[in-house]
Amino acid sequence: MSRNPYVREEGLRWIFRHPRYLRYMTREFSCLFIGGWTLMMVWGLKQLAEGPAAWTAFLEFLKSPASVVFHVVALAFAAYHSYTWFNLTPQALPLQIGEEFVPGAAIAGAHFAVWAVLSIAILHFAGAF
Amino acid sequence: MGERTVELEVLRYNPETDQEPRFQRYSVTCREEWVVLDALNHVKETIDPTLSYRWSCHMAVCGSCGMMVNGEPKLACKAFIRNYEGVIRVEPLAHFPVERDLVTVVDDFMAKLKRVKPYLIPKQEKPVSEGEYRQTPAELKRFKQYTMCINCMLCYAACPEYGLIPKFIGPAAISLAHRYNQDSRDGGRAERQEEIASTEGVWECSFTGACSEVCPEHVDPAAALQQVKIRSTLDWYTEHLMPWLEK
Amino acid sequence: MTISNKPIVWGPFAAGGTVTAFVTPALILLTLLAALGHAPDLLAYDRLHPLLGYWLVKVAVAGVVFLSLWSAAHRLRITCYDLGVRADVAVATVVYAVALAGTAASMLYLARI
Repeated sequence: MSRNPYVREEGLRWIFRHPRYLRYMTREFSCLFIGGWTLMMVWGLKQLAEGPAAWTAFLEFLKSPASVVFHVVALAFAAYHSYTWFNLTPQALPLQIGEEFVPGAAIAGAHFAVWAVLSIAILHFAGAF
Repeated sequence: MGERTVELEVLRYNPETDQEPRFQRYSVTCREEWVVLDALNHVKETIDPTLSYRWSCHMAVCGSCGMMVNGEPKLACKAFIRNYEGVIRVEPLAHFPVERDLVTVVDDFMAKLKRVKPYLIPKQEKPVSEGEYRQTPAELKRFKQYTMCINCMLCYAACPEYGLIPKFIGPAAISLAHRYNQDSRDGGRAERQEEIASTEGVWECSFTGACSEVCPEHVDPAAALQQVKIRSTLDWYTEHLMPWLEK
Repeated sequence: MTISNKPIVWGPFAAGGTVTAFVTPALILLTLLAALGHAPDLLAYDRLHPLLGYWLVKVAVAGVVFLSLWSAAHRLRITCYDLGVRADVAVATVVYAVALAGTAASMLYLARI
């Protein structure tokens, strides 16, 4: 009996084998929007440093249709990053109190609560409402 | 109890005669409570005795019958026919070479299992005369879930990083190392770090989480890997930024 | 097998992922409001410029910029590998360089405010 193992090649088909892999790639792609938005804000810092006229130009740029679309998409991806990050936290940071582990939902829930409070604080401090 | 005729599409590969695998269809009249393994056994017993596959306990404790059922890693003894519609495609576990039909080459996993030293390495040798190791329920609970691994390798089939990087030590092996690291009787973490904190160890993991989703024993290997990452990172920064601290 | 130095890049990634998870959506909402013509008060030059004059605020902003860019860069590196790009060293060099350049630029601009 001779062995002749066959190695199956897969390429990129794994991404489409199950919805979980598409969700994973979506989560990973959030980096483009979070990174892109941050770079946009770095440019904003430059404009702010150059004076009121440059800053006004930056605010005008923000109002362009491309910027509006980018912001909406970026917000969705950033929120998805937060959602997935907090839901994965209990696996990375389990908390054993006495004999039992704190339920994952409690750990994730606490993160979501802090996220909500912090977001409201940021928006209020900025005068959004 | 009803019956249903089911079409199985099974990957066949004969290493002595085939250049590459092909699919073969079998028509099987299944009882309502059957699992895919029952259907395969029926094929082997009554239709095609040449069909090769691994199985043993038929109750999801031995880890032998892992295979892809409609593209998803499953234990054949835990994949219920009633949950499937239409043609059921059965293939060998993904990311492993095919030995023959549904039998995969598991040498790679076996070697990795050895490398992580999945056994107690006590802090100090303790002769039997000194009595037993004592452990509180809390200390047991700390590592209990990671003891449930049955080495079925479904996690390796689900892990996209293992598919892309065959050198990756992988979910089950690292979870087993973690099981011993978390055991209060053990003192071998530093030794295991040499393997699991290497590039091929935990650092190839991108926390896809597929491993934990397919694990039939709810071991949650993804959790083990992230905990190893965090601990290894704290170790690294402590060692490099505060070398005067004892580990 | 030797213990990897991956923690150098993973530590900031994990910290950055956490920071961006907590603050980035709210911040994007702020600039989205500006994009829609309802810029919040803080984004007026006379409010923002003085706020970013404080050294503590500058340091905090630079820190958030670094962690945000680094975690995005690291994730992009992994994503490229997942998509079959084998040249990991080249990809890593480019993405981390962009993150560091962006950070350096932000520090330069913050210093000028």
